Amino acid sequence: MAEAERDVIDLLIDAREDTAIDRIRRQRPTARENAQKSFEALFAPGSPSGVTVKERYAIATFVASLHRDDGIAAFYRDGLAALDMENNVAEAIESEANSGAAAGPYGRYPKGPLSIEDGTGPVHQVSAANRRILGARLSAALEHAHLLVFRPREASPAALQALAAAGWSTTEIVTLSQLVAFLCFQIRAIVGLKALANATIA
Amino acid sequence: MSEAELIAASARDDRPVLFTQDAIGWTPWLTPLSEDQLTNRHWAGLVEPSRAKSPYFMLLARDPEILEARTKTDKDIFYNPAGGLPRAERELVATAASRLNGCIFCASVHARFASSLSKRTADVQRLLNDGVSIDFGERWNAVVAASVALTQTPIAFDRQHIERLRQSGLDDLAIADVIYSAGFFNWANRLMLSLGEPTAASKG
Repeated sequence: MAEAERDVIDLLIDAREDTAIDRIRRQRPTARENAQKSFEALFAPGSPSGVTVKERYAIATFVASLHRDDGIAAFYRDGLAALDMENNVAEAIESEANSGAAAGPYGRYPKGPLSIEDGTGPVHQVSAANRRILGARLSAALEHAHLLVFRPREASPAALQALAAAGWSTTEIVTLSQLVAFLCFQIRAIVGLKALANATIA
Repeated sequence: MSEAELIAASARDDRPVLFTQDAIGWTPWLTPLSEDQLTNRHWAGLVEPSRAKSPYFMLLARDPEILEARTKTDKDIFYNPAGGLPRAERELVATAASRLNGCIFCASVHARFASSLSKRTADVQRLLNDGVSIDFGERWNAVVAASVALTQTPIAFDRQHIERLRQSGLDDLAIADVIYSAGFFNWANRLMLSLGEPTAASKG
């Protein structure tokens, strides 16, 4: 029965059927169903746009690794490994996630009264060695993903222009933005619900 | 597929530079679809036909599959009336996440919702003016602290936040609503912040 199946969030919080956390999730049935449909729309799209599934898993592995949650990062790394036969992309992503480590959110506000709250932190650039492995297009996506994860308030037309220069179309940029932003939701739902499950007697 | 073309950024001097509860606008940096480009799949992605009037949703409609699932997730988290966290506090969570991430547009919309549902307009305004560390009284302090911890990267939310929420009277469904509401605004803020910018209230 489809309703009883475990979805990705269940899998990653290790929620079993008819535990307290499972019953809680089922009280928000539309959110439960559509968090999973969002995952499927991004990682198994019905009509794939120009963003390949391998690119999606590569970016997801990077984003999950930046959040420093081993279980979630491993889930996307496994998805990437299945598509990355030579395993060199996965290694380059891992290395970029390590050099991209930071604590967010930070960044500058548009000049004005909020400038006193400006916080600084790293602006990530893919290394020359990894750029050769990943290519200009995926490297630009990782740099944009790092911006979205850690300093979204610094987003700008120039950041989108950098994607366009690396070959990203308007529709592909929308898909990329949804991918990174969705992961920021999904990872928070998993970390939060897992903490709740562990603090709750089944 | 051809490279993206940006909408020429006009040197606007009316871009809001402060958090506000006033109704402000938003303008995209990339070209939205036009109504005559919409297929049935796009209309399904918009969920509500009235959203064809919104440049934000018409830009997101370029990938209708994820837009549809995003919108239905959003609706259930913020509008499902069956128990859990009162809607005013779901909006408080959304406002706090938006304040910390720096999304002036998102914060304006959800601060208005939080104010009108809670009748605590002055407290919500203090959150906008002074940030997420102000003192609201313990229950709202616990809710805002949880939203902040969930918004940080790496995520700082843990058992201590859960205990504090329980001591403030939240049951576990309400705590799950805090988690979902904060999580969802870490999705919404990143779209609003990175695909366009806020504008002054539309005139006329």
